[in-house]
Amino acid sequence: MAERTIRIWRGDENGGEFVDYQVEVDEGMVVLDVIHKIQAKDANDLAVRWNCKAGKCGSCSMEINGRPKLSCMTRMNEYEPDELITVQPVKTFPIIKDLVTDVSWNYEQNKRIKPLLPKADAAGKDFIMMQEDVDRVQEFRKCIECYLCQNVCHVLRDQDKKGEFVGPRFMIRLAGLEMHPVDAADRIPQIRDEFGSGMCNITRCCTDVCPESIGLTDNAIIPIKERVVDRYYDPVAWIIRKMSGADEKREAEEKAADAKQAELQKTV
Amino acid sequence: MSNISEIQTIEHDVIVIGAGGAGLRAAIECSKQGLNTGLVCKSLLGKAHTVMAEGGMAAALGNVDPRDNWKVHFRDTMRGGKFLNSWRMAELHARHAPDRVRELEQWGAVFDRTEEGKIRQRNFGGHRYPRLAHVGDRTGLELIRSLQDYGIHQGIHVHMECTVLNLLLDGDRIAGAFAYWREKGRFVIFKAKAVIMATGGAGKAWRITSNSWEYTGDGYAMAYDAGAELVHMEFTQFHPTGMIWPPSVRGILVTEGVRGDGGVLLNKDGKRFMFDYIPERFAPETADTEEEGNRWLAGDKDARRPPELLTRDVVARAITREVKEDRGSPHGGAFLDIASRVPEEAIKKQLPSMYHQFKELAEVDITKQPMEVGPTLHYCMGGIAVDADSQQTRVPGLFACGEAAGRMHGANRLGGNSLSDLIVFGWLSGLGAAEYIKSLSSKPEINPSQVEEARSEAVAPLNRESGENPYLLHEELQTIMNDNVNIVRTKEELETAIEQLEELKKKMQTVKADGASQYNPGWHEALSLHSLITSAEMVTRAALMREESRGAHTRIDFEGEREEWEKVEVIVRKGESGMEVIKQDRPAPPKELADIAYATLEELEGTNG
Ligand SMILES: Cc1cc2nc3c(=O)[nH]c(=O)nc-3n(C[C@H](O)[C@H](O)[C@H](O)COP(=O)(O)OP(=O)(O)OC[C@H]3O[C@@H](n4cnc5c(N)ncnc54)[C@H](O)[C@@H]3O)c2cc1C
Ligand code: SF4
Ligand code: SF4
Ligand code: FES
Repeated sequence: MAERTIRIWRGDENGGEFVDYQVEVDEGMVVLDVIHKIQAKDANDLAVRWNCKAGKCGSCSMEINGRPKLSCMTRMNEYEPDELITVQPVKTFPIIKDLVTDVSWNYEQNKRIKPLLPKADAAGKDFIMMQEDVDRVQEFRKCIECYLCQNVCHVLRDQDKKGEFVGPRFMIRLAGLEMHPVDAADRIPQIRDEFGSGMCNITRCCTDVCPESIGLTDNAIIPIKERVVDRYYDPVAWIIRKMSGADEKREAEEKAADAKQAELQKTV
Repeated sequence: MSNISEIQTIEHDVIVIGAGGAGLRAAIECSKQGLNTGLVCKSLLGKAHTVMAEGGMAAALGNVDPRDNWKVHFRDTMRGGKFLNSWRMAELHARHAPDRVRELEQWGAVFDRTEEGKIRQRNFGGHRYPRLAHVGDRTGLELIRSLQDYGIHQGIHVHMECTVLNLLLDGDRIAGAFAYWREKGRFVIFKAKAVIMATGGAGKAWRITSNSWEYTGDGYAMAYDAGAELVHMEFTQFHPTGMIWPPSVRGILVTEGVRGDGGVLLNKDGKRFMFDYIPERFAPETADTEEEGNRWLAGDKDARRPPELLTRDVVARAITREVKEDRGSPHGGAFLDIASRVPEEAIKKQLPSMYHQFKELAEVDITKQPMEVGPTLHYCMGGIAVDADSQQTRVPGLFACGEAAGRMHGANRLGGNSLSDLIVFGWLSGLGAAEYIKSLSSKPEINPSQVEEARSEAVAPLNRESGENPYLLHEELQTIMNDNVNIVRTKEELETAIEQLEELKKKMQTVKADGASQYNPGWHEALSLHSLITSAEMVTRAALMREESRGAHTRIDFEGEREEWEKVEVIVRKGESGMEVIKQDRPAPPKELADIAYATLEELEGTNG
């Protein structure tokens, strides 16, 4: 047990300030435990979101010493014993109170995305899909919607272009649908024109903060950009792909990939 | 705000309270039936408890072992529930689970695949065959996200971070619900012809639990206050494997999938102690040597399953006994070892979130070291009593499904049977509510005095000058339940608990919430005490009445199952002068179902139909 100082931002949409709290920290505690301890003893009305306390629900995102993190998965012993720990709400979304922000914009983006549309021959029947064909899709589906990637993406955070770009979380949702073996919907024009795939310039900040270790940039965003490029700069390859089966589709993709790399650089 | 006409009013045909698997599936069905549907939840959409589910959902698809079929699933469920389950609910569940799982795939769920490209299924305790459709160890996330992403395109009105406090009645039938928005602390009246309660359980009444802050038993208490009956409340499931070290993670779940995939339980002497705890009823179907257990794991269809996969009540009691007799692990549990049995890569692929959870929270690498585990309160088998086919309670217009409803799982739930329960009974309750609304000849009206009473009760903790700290009262409740209403129970302890709960109820009358009503967790905590304590009292009183040991309910003063107790169930309801607890006769089982439940496996295998 050791006593430590935790500095927490308290306030609402009209402004606020940092308040220091002294807490006894026990073995194994995570930052969220410490916040709960303060809440129970010294600040009953301290607002914080959480549910699972096990890194599974994505509710407890905040910025801890400047790093966007899940507070339930951040152990206190990651910090030096005498280090001041400063906790504040994520920056990209409007503050409701203390550590809680208004993330409703994300829910609006999700609603704009066309859901899975099973191909005519698969609708109503058991899907036959090989594990290797869904590995990638499953990687994206690990997303717990913590919105840490949305929080760090500079297009949303610094440029505040929420009207132009859906952000990395929804780029992987789109990628997961586009790569789904039995999906028949076409989202490519919308991805370019409405969801703003061109806004991303592959800084990889989103990938760095993802608590689920999803390869957002390399595995989802770049391939999606490639598909956009294919469609608008090489429509023939696209038609061939649309008309051929899954195996040929992968082959065509691989061939096209190298050729597209140059084109891609121009558009980002 | 003094006048209730100033309170915001939102009108729907039906409101579904709770957006876990059960509530989402119910709302989707209501919408498909053409109802104007509202869906209300305490957290953000997609964060409900269902998101935490790990191992899988049980459905007799027969993709991995073609001998599986609904009858074997039904038989396993009844045996796991020690025959107290509603026969009809267990039947509906087993029959419809496969189609509900297939439908999820159409809606976007991407399950792990077999070699042939079908939905892969894994072994779990109490299930005869590999039956759990799954995605690694994050099946709940897949379920909730699939329903959410599909549901948001079905015209459902979602009201997030909104907590329902009371049901509103017109006479004895449903007229709506009274709630508040977390963000602003403002009240709202939902006018509705029917309400579906999908609020989940009450695990937060215990200190060591796998449950989240939402599990305060709101649905149980609201239904109780509105006149519904609750059933089987004495059956609370302690999952045998929760984390026990370090203290701050105590209770967090370690999926049964670890054992399903080959993990074994060891005591401090390195002994696989589960071989010493095989109950007679399961002996013919359980391996009695390590060698046979290993063959089973390797896929030998003639071998029997290892005893680590016995039902949860059996395993939880065995660990408790080992610890009590001084054979436990250093922090008072058992070792769960998968490192020495399964290759590193396979562990990381099959159990990625377990790998992370231990690595980050306990600094244990489960591919190299054993885990330390012990029992944690996990699930309420009991719940709101409903009609097996329509899911309606005895309050007209009030329906319940998911963990909030009772009777489906009897005395003990099998792992994986909850997620499938959510989608089967969520669906049926949607149909039930639509049917009910169609039959209504007049529209229910809100009673203003009921709203006024609810409102003044809700603001009381904010208006008090001083009073009890709500967090500390909650901790007090958790201590009472952990000390007295745990895995093994006695009359003395249960009576002590009831006395202490009475004291706590008095203190609750003077609870004080600091600060204003905007996003104020202290106030929310104060408001949830009523539900928590009511639920705890129901469990305790029901446990005191049931003088036998069956499934998850163990009385050391009444050992073993008693035949007379198989014929009755304990019902809790609100009486004139407080809580009424009664024994009620169960109807005799339909013959066809009894024949299946008591049949031998050979008689049922490969008879899909
Ligand atoms: C860690 C863990 C792992 C599990 N693994 C498995 C598994 O592998 N397989 C399996 O079958 N089962 C598993 N279970 C059990 C299963 O997850 C739950 O029983 C199930 O998810 C409950 O679903 P539900 O829809 O009934 O309720 P929940 O998903 O808990 O949803 C309850 C909803 O009600 C809302 N609510 C509650 N009170 C109010 C109120 N007053 N006002 C408004 N809204 C309210 C909440 O906000 C929430 O949206 C697991 C449970 C845990 C804790
Ligand atoms: S890689 Fe793209 S999406 Fe990710 S943070 Fe950078 S700009 Fe944003
Ligand atoms: S992609 Fe990763 S960082 Fe982004 S919301 Fe999902 S889990 Fe969070
Ligand atoms: S509380 Fe669920 S991710 Fe932190």
